[in-house]
Amino acid sequence: MRKELTCITCPMGCRLVAESDSSGELAVSGNRCPRGAAYAREELLAPKRTVTATCRAAGAAVDGSGTRRVPCRTVAPFPKERVPELLEAIYGLEVSLPVARGQVLLQDALGLGIDLVATRTLS
Amino acid sequence: MKELSYDAVVIGGGAAGMAAALELEAAGRRVAVVEREERLGGILGQCVHNGFGLIEFDEELTGPEFAERFEDRLSARPIEAFLGCTVLELEVEGEAKVVSCVSRERGVMRLRAQAVVLAMGCRERNRGNIRIPGSRPAGVYTAGLAQRLVNVEGYVPGKDVAIIGSGDIGLIMARRMSWIGCNVHAVVEIMPYPSGLTRNIVQCLRDFDIPLYLSHLTTDIYGRDRVEGIEIAPIENGALVMEKAFKIPCDTVLLSVGLVPENELSRKAGVSINPMTNGPWVDSFLMTSVPGVFACGNVLHVHDLVDYVVEESRRAGRFAAEWLAGRRPSRELRVKAGANVRYVAPGRIEPGRDNKLYLRSMIVKNDAVLEVKLDGKPIRSVKKGHVQPSEMITIALGAADLVALAAQPDSTLEISIQ
Repeated sequence: MRKELTCITCPMGCRLVAESDSSGELAVSGNRCPRGAAYAREELLAPKRTVTATCRAAGAAVDGSGTRRVPCRTVAPFPKERVPELLEAIYGLEVSLPVARGQVLLQDALGLGIDLVATRTLS
Repeated sequence: MKELSYDAVVIGGGAAGMAAALELEAAGRRVAVVEREERLGGILGQCVHNGFGLIEFDEELTGPEFAERFEDRLSARPIEAFLGCTVLELEVEGEAKVVSCVSRERGVMRLRAQAVVLAMGCRERNRGNIRIPGSRPAGVYTAGLAQRLVNVEGYVPGKDVAIIGSGDIGLIMARRMSWIGCNVHAVVEIMPYPSGLTRNIVQCLRDFDIPLYLSHLTTDIYGRDRVEGIEIAPIENGALVMEKAFKIPCDTVLLSVGLVPENELSRKAGVSINPMTNGPWVDSFLMTSVPGVFACGNVLHVHDLVDYVVEESRRAGRFAAEWLAGRRPSRELRVKAGANVRYVAPGRIEPGRDNKLYLRSMIVKNDAVLEVKLDGKPIRSVKKGHVQPSEMITIALGAADLVALAAQPDSTLEISIQ
């Protein structure tokens, strides 16, 4: 297998080439630092993304005033292939106010051991 | 009408205004911050994505988290914050400046101060600014407005989206719109390279298989009541090739075509504006052409990281405090943008102290060299692994770098990229 990708660890944007030999060992070239090789390995074997979104604030006023959305994030990068499922869970939430920054909104999301927390204190 | 007096008034309560106010207060000054929104934090509040704070906090935060950490710092100090308060005018009355503002709660107020820090941020370029032809249907938004609708107000602006311009806000919105179930059909960029960060191209476009059309001009927006699509055409060898134009059906168009410092107030107060940055000309104290009026953050020049905004604004706050204490620059060198440099800010530096310069490249290049010359004589060269217009370059010139050099009173420092 041979795969080309762009490293997003820093602004250099190295063009990486990852090749696996017959034993399944992955060789990375094109990286200007070790972080590039680590990035390529994770990106190809188990890609993850930090998910940021907003969820509904309970009792939002119909006239559009006051707090309507609560911003949130996963506390750690989340397995990429499960992100659509996670988003569905986030959009199904209704968070009652007040809410504090760091407050857990969804514990152990999808049973993957990663919490979803609020990113702003809102009343 | 209520009249209040402070040592310094900061106009704008975003990252820049908060950072400047904290420094002024730390220097023992009585400070007020005037903010138009009901809450401090500025644009960070709607930037719910992560990527903020790597320099300032050594961790990757979302916009709201970054803003709230500064809000916490501010509320721990005796700094007056006027919220929901719009500044109408900045007037200079001899040594004093008067900031006239109005809020629902307090009515009209006049805030009198010796120093004013401009920290109003910037605005998005819109359709009129870049003259896209076509009809005038509903469904055309700037990317930042769409971001506010989605993240703060909770509305979905449309279902099938085309994004014009590849600025970072547009790229972030491509991902955000995809994550709320919209289809993003294209990002169209007039230049041969994207104007946003490479990591955003990868994580916001490639993850969702969104096509990026480089060297393409939008030649039409069509639809009567609602957008029905856009037409784009390639630019080949500098010429638009209309024979190759094609349509992209969509019901929503987002524009991410650049930001312009918001200097209406500054202009009316007589502050001179640098046409290269659309921000005020500033000296080594980040002071504008009006003595006692300072500028920092995106109102001065558009930054790509809030971390840089904070760093620059702290300097502005410190300089304003020093200026209030009676310190003046002893001697200044003019700073000039040389070959391949769009601009350098500030426009003057003081050789006897630590200076920080911010500049933007006009070219995309790997293994570039930053050349600093004083009156034509090379004094410093810095290797840069990669330069591109969308990534701001900073360079520190300490006292030791300049003081030993026999500079003339009208010496010029020139920075170029080779």
